[in-house]
Amino acid sequence: MGHPAAALPGGAAAAAGAGRRRNYARRYGWFIVPAGVVVLGVILFPWAFTLFMSVHDWKVGGGRLYVGFENYRKLFTDERFLWSVVRTLYFTALAVVLPMLFGTAAALVFNRRFPLRGLARTVFILPMMATPVAVALVWTMMFHPQLGVLNWLLTQVGLPPSMWVYDASTVIPTLVIVEVWHWTPLVMLIVLGGLASLPVDPYEAAKIDGASAWQAFRHITLPLLMPFIVVALIIRTIDALKAFDTIYVITQGGPGTSSETINIFLYLQGFAYYNMGYASAVVVVFFALIVSLAALLLWTRNRVRNA
Amino acid sequence: MSEITRRTTLRVAAGLLAAPALVERVGAQQAFDWKRFKGEKVEASLTANPRSALLLRHQPEFEELTGIKVGAEQIPEQQHRQKFVIEFASGRPSFDVVGISLHVNKRQVGRAKWCTDLRPMIQDATLTAPDFDFGDFGKGAVAYSTQADGRMDTLPEFTDYFILYYNKDLLAAKNIAVPKTFEELYTAAKALTDPSKQQYGFVGRGLRNANVVLWSSFLLGTQQQDTVSPDMKLLTDTPDAVWAGQMYQKLMRDCAPPGSIGFNWNECQTTFMQGRAAFWIDGVGFAAPLEDKARSRVAGKVGYAVVPAGPAHHNCCLFGTGLGISEQSSRKGPAWYYVQWAVNKTNQLRFLTSGAGAPARSSPFRNEEAIKESRFPREFFETLVESARIARPGLPEIVPVTEFRDTIGAALTNMVGGADPAAELKRATEAFRPVLEQSERGT
Repeated sequence: MGHPAAALPGGAAAAAGAGRRRNYARRYGWFIVPAGVVVLGVILFPWAFTLFMSVHDWKVGGGRLYVGFENYRKLFTDERFLWSVVRTLYFTALAVVLPMLFGTAAALVFNRRFPLRGLARTVFILPMMATPVAVALVWTMMFHPQLGVLNWLLTQVGLPPSMWVYDASTVIPTLVIVEVWHWTPLVMLIVLGGLASLPVDPYEAAKIDGASAWQAFRHITLPLLMPFIVVALIIRTIDALKAFDTIYVITQGGPGTSSETINIFLYLQGFAYYNMGYASAVVVVFFALIVSLAALLLWTRNRVRNA
Repeated sequence: MSEITRRTTLRVAAGLLAAPALVERVGAQQAFDWKRFKGEKVEASLTANPRSALLLRHQPEFEELTGIKVGAEQIPEQQHRQKFVIEFASGRPSFDVVGISLHVNKRQVGRAKWCTDLRPMIQDATLTAPDFDFGDFGKGAVAYSTQADGRMDTLPEFTDYFILYYNKDLLAAKNIAVPKTFEELYTAAKALTDPSKQQYGFVGRGLRNANVVLWSSFLLGTQQQDTVSPDMKLLTDTPDAVWAGQMYQKLMRDCAPPGSIGFNWNECQTTFMQGRAAFWIDGVGFAAPLEDKARSRVAGKVGYAVVPAGPAHHNCCLFGTGLGISEQSSRKGPAWYYVQWAVNKTNQLRFLTSGAGAPARSSPFRNEEAIKESRFPREFFETLVESARIARPGLPEIVPVTEFRDTIGAALTNMVGGADPAAELKRATEAFRPVLEQSERGT
């Protein structure tokens, strides 16, 4: 016996289908209420409240005054904020590109068979497991210009000591070193997972055709790995944009304001100066920036997938 | 004349029999009793520091004395400041007692009237122990705890003075005397600086925000002394402020270790403890780690002196903390008991002799026996007494103190980088003026 709707003419079958969906929605719609309440309370309400605060002049402990888009206007003329955007982009670019390069290279190495490979892999991913604040405190001690181990090592090999995070010109690259040390293993793990899933046939065909190792990597491995690399890229970019703990613990945005990224600026406005309205405007602009970058990366990912 | 009936006689007799109990009850209400709030509980929110650690260690004493249970938390300084401000602003703070950094939050707390006025409790003989001795608190400390409108919304707990630490060996090696003025300090520090031996004449805070108190140490010695006038006008780009900026720049550029631009007190402490710096100006709380033989290479060789004098005055920076009781607290009585115990003479003496900091009371400094038994030299205690005499608030009593420190602090770090002090202070003053004006309009 066929489905009852199959016996009905087209329009009637469609109407019957729609009716069933309505019944289904009426009967089971209540099941999404708990999830809806959570989404409303945890995501939508804070967002709506942030938008509400961003159009007010509001200091903790003080009154609230509606100021329209004044906070946004001030933000785009605030040199300190604009510089923090530049520093964020500079830091993010370095903190994404370097772990991507090193992580991919490490994955290629760890994909090969060699003695004690398992142990080496474990050691390599250890930094990723460490607490960022603890990591930052240890690096702070190592960066000390007179008493830190890094300058001792440099002088042992005849190089001049560096000021590391204690100089405006070297502070961001130095913070990137910590970020690279901490997060390269994550990229390695993602790419290594990709490498493990690659098919063997294309390599056999390439070998028969006489392709060199570089040609096999360039024309087979890399294109097939690209979706995994793009995933790692998206995760790294969002993580680097959000970086706060390491920077705050090591430099607190200094020397001066030379490592003050948007996150540090936002933290100071909100929780040191208690300018909640202004800080909310920063959140909205920062969110727009993250969404734009994520959209750009997703678009790239789709292009790669469809290529 | 009414007759004496049997009923009247019985009433009078019953009254006479009950009298001692009634008298005792009335007396109990009038006399102070540590057990009055037995069975109650208070919540205390404190900044994590050696003084709070001492209070927590001796908390069982209080609980035994009063029968009041205490739930005390210790939170690192910066996070604690944010936490209590946000909790107060929420209108329902989770604590009854709170430790407040007067040099940062005094005006903010006072303006919002977040803490209750303690004066009525201090004056209430049923609530305050007879041996509390309010007169024992230093006048400066009491003034620091008192708001402009006369309300005393915290009880002074700790006073911090900036003092001069010096390495006796380094000074003796070059036969250099302890400097009496800032100019002498610069000359001595310059003479003691030898980068080839990684030895520097001076170390001090260079990190933005933290560095402002070193600059204000110099400014306190000038004619103008303060950073804000009594009518709340900024005085941070005046000739005196520029002189202080130049002194800061000279010391940090010519005599301090490379990288000092990013030094907070902890990096300064490490440098001084390793014997790499001859002079260090900072708070009084560092004597304990400096004299710790297990950690410090300069233990037993540290000299203590009041900060040198400026061209017009001789002052040192004063900072401090106080304990307040939340206006929203429904347990003000037990909370007051905790506060008066926390700053009693015994605990204040413990602060001093353990090197946890300078107490707000005067009596610990007069306790010769305890001072003799202390592991710190007499010179340290003399420096504290002398500093108390010349102490003056090191930061302006304004609401946006952190923003002030950040803005002026950024200018100071630029000076360490070589920027012109006058131009930097002018720029910073212009940047901060609208913030201060807006804050004052909100008063």
